[in-house]
Amino acid sequence: MSTLHTVNKSPFATQALISCLNHAKSGDAVLMIEDGVYGGLGGTGMTEIVTELGKSVSLYVLAPDLAARGIDTNRLIDGIEGVDYAGFVDLVAKHDRTQSWL
Amino acid sequence: MSDVKKFLYVNRRAPYGTIYALESLEVVLIGAAFEQDVALAFVDDGVFQLTKGQNTDGIGVKNFSPTFRALGDYDVQKLFVERESLEERGLSEDDLIEVVYEDEDDDWEEKPAIHVVSRAEISDVMAGADVVLSF
Repeated sequence: MSTLHTVNKSPFATQALISCLNHAKSGDAVLMIEDGVYGGLGGTGMTEIVTELGKSVSLYVLAPDLAARGIDTNRLIDGIEGVDYAGFVDLVAKHDRTQSWL
Repeated sequence: MSDVKKFLYVNRRAPYGTIYALESLEVVLIGAAFEQDVALAFVDDGVFQLTKGQNTDGIGVKNFSPTFRALGDYDVQKLFVERESLEERGLSEDDLIEVVYEDEDDDWEEKPAIHVVSRAEISDVMAGADVVLSF
């Protein structure tokens, strides 16, 4: 049994991503969407804590949201995977439930 | 023109996730059309509004980042970007779009309107404004 977590807020603006990562179980997936995609950025003040807390989960970002914000995928933290909308649907289908961290 | 006031628009939100960034830009353009002294400050997630290479084809909303370049045509010459906010987000001036205005006091030479400044300088800009509008 596993959960897909979605986070749609910037980690610089709210605690949603950190709280999500603190609650997620090993084997869960965390998909960063909308302003949440900034959480996937390397070289930021949040990179270290996201990397540390995200060790036991799979991290994804929604690539169209990243492109909209002018962020190239090569700026993502190593190990974070970009997915398109079809990939989003696959993640929803693959997990037992989806939890939104609004 | 003694009734010209110094308007400061403070932008603290990332683009697209909320409507704040777009609405701020709309209001800035209105203020500029009334020939007021207009300045913009980009702090916290607001600095993300100015990243170059934005492509919104995949999310079905308008890419309004090119509109910032039109601000120069409205004689908006002061877009202050907080250096500390950029650095906390792994960004530098090289990651930002270019906005230029033509300086009428210098043979209409094109000059950059984006100024990356320190947090202390942003404080001074805020303290020097007559009207502050927050987005």
